[in-house]
Amino acid sequence: MSYLDFSGTFLRANLFVDAAIMTIVLSAIATVLGMIVGIVGAAMRLSGNRVLSAISAFYVELIRNTPFLVQIYIVYFGLPAVGVRITAFNAAILSLTFYAGAYITEIVRAGVLTVDKGQLEAARTLGMSPGLTFRHVVLVPALSAIFPALTSQFVLIMLASSVVSVISVPELTGVANDIQGMTFRSLEAFLVVAAIYLALTAAFKGVYAAIDRFIFSYRYVGR
Amino acid sequence: MFQTFSVAHVGYLLQAALWTLALSGIALVGGSIGGALIALLRVSLYAPLRWIAQVYIYVVQGTPLLVLLFIAYFGTKYLGIDTPPIVAAAAGLTLYASAFLGEIWRGSVQSVGRGQWEGSEALGLNWPQSMRYVIIPQAIRVSIPPTVGFSVQVVKNSALASIVGFIELTRAGQIVAGATFQPLQVYLTVAAIYFVICSALSYASRAFDRRMSATAAS
Repeated sequence: MSYLDFSGTFLRANLFVDAAIMTIVLSAIATVLGMIVGIVGAAMRLSGNRVLSAISAFYVELIRNTPFLVQIYIVYFGLPAVGVRITAFNAAILSLTFYAGAYITEIVRAGVLTVDKGQLEAARTLGMSPGLTFRHVVLVPALSAIFPALTSQFVLIMLASSVVSVISVPELTGVANDIQGMTFRSLEAFLVVAAIYLALTAAFKGVYAAIDRFIFSYRYVGR
Repeated sequence: MFQTFSVAHVGYLLQAALWTLALSGIALVGGSIGGALIALLRVSLYAPLRWIAQVYIYVVQGTPLLVLLFIAYFGTKYLGIDTPPIVAAAAGLTLYASAFLGEIWRGSVQSVGRGQWEGSEALGLNWPQSMRYVIIPQAIRVSIPPTVGFSVQVVKNSALASIVGFIELTRAGQIVAGATFQPLQVYLTVAAIYFVICSALSYASRAFDRRMSATAAS
C-alpha cells in the first residue's frame, strides 16, 4: 500500500490536453458522419423497398450484436490482410462512424415514426406549403422527439472512442496508457483520465442542453 | 511457419466463448446485487442516499468502461491485492453493470402506479413491506425485457476484458490471428460467435417485451 502520487501525471498535463483534443475531434467527426449514415439508414429502412430495408436492418443488427472492439480489429487488421491499406486514425473514424450510424439509424427511424399522418393532413387543410409542412410539422417535432436519445448517443460515441486506443490512436485513454508507462503511476494516470472524461461528458451534455433550448425554444415559451 | 486457420482454431475460439459467457454471467450476478442496492438507494425516502446513488450512476455512465477496467485492474494492485485478470475484469464489469441495472430497475419501480403505494399504505404496510409485497413483484415484470436487453451490452463489452489480459473470446481471437496471420477470417469468426450469442439475447428481450405488452393490453 502506497500513497497516491499525481506529480508525474500532472507534469504531463500538456499531453492530456492534446489527447482531449484528439478525443473531441474523433467524436465530432464520427458524430457528423454517423448522423449521415443514420439518416441514410433510416431512409432505406422506411423506403418501402424490400431490398434496401433488409440491407439497413441487417447492418443495424450486425453492428449492435458484435463488440465495438472486434469491429475495430476487423477494420484495422482485417482490411490490410485483403490488400486495403488504412491508417490507425482512418480505421478509428471508419469503425466509429459505422458503429454510431447503426444506433443513430434506429433513433432516427423511431423519430420519423412519431409523426402522425393526421398532422400532415391538418397542415394541408391549413394551407401550409410542403416546405413549411416539412419544417414545422415533420422535421422539428421529429427532431424534438428524438433529441434526448440522440444526444445521449453522441455522449456514448465519445466514451466509445476510448476503445480506439487499442490501435494506438493518441486519444485520452491511449495517452493515459503512455503516461503510466513513463511514470509507473498507473492508477493515478487512469484516475486523471476518468476525471477528464467526466468533465467532457458534462460539457457535451451542457452544450446539447443549450442547443435544445435554442432549436426547440417554443417548448419553453411561457415557462 | 504460420498455421492455417482451421476447425481446431474454431474449437479453441468456441472454448474461449465459454469464458466470455462465464465473465458476463459473473458481471451480471454482481451487477444485479449492486444494481438492486443502487435502485433502492435511488428511490429511498432520504435525499442523501438518493444523491449517493445519483453520483455513482453519473460517474460510471460518464466514464468509458475501458477506463473503469483499468482503474479496477490497477486499483486492486494498488491496494496490494495480486489480482488475476479475471477478478479485475469481473470487478470493473460489475461496477459498470450495477450503475446501468440500477437505473433500469429504478425506472421499473417508478413505473408502478402511485395507487399501489396508496393502496399498500391503506392496508397498513410500511415502506419495506410495501416494497417487498406490492411494488417489487410488479416492477420485476416490467424490468425483464430491458434487463435481458442490457445483458447483450454486458456480453459485448466483456470483450474489453481482453485488454487487461483476460483470455476470453476476443483475446483468443488475437492469439489465433497472431498464429495464423489471417486476421480477417479470424475476427469475422469471432464476430460471428458474438453475433449468435447477442442476437439470441436480443431476440429473447424482444419476445419478453411482446409478451409483456400483450398482457398489458388485455
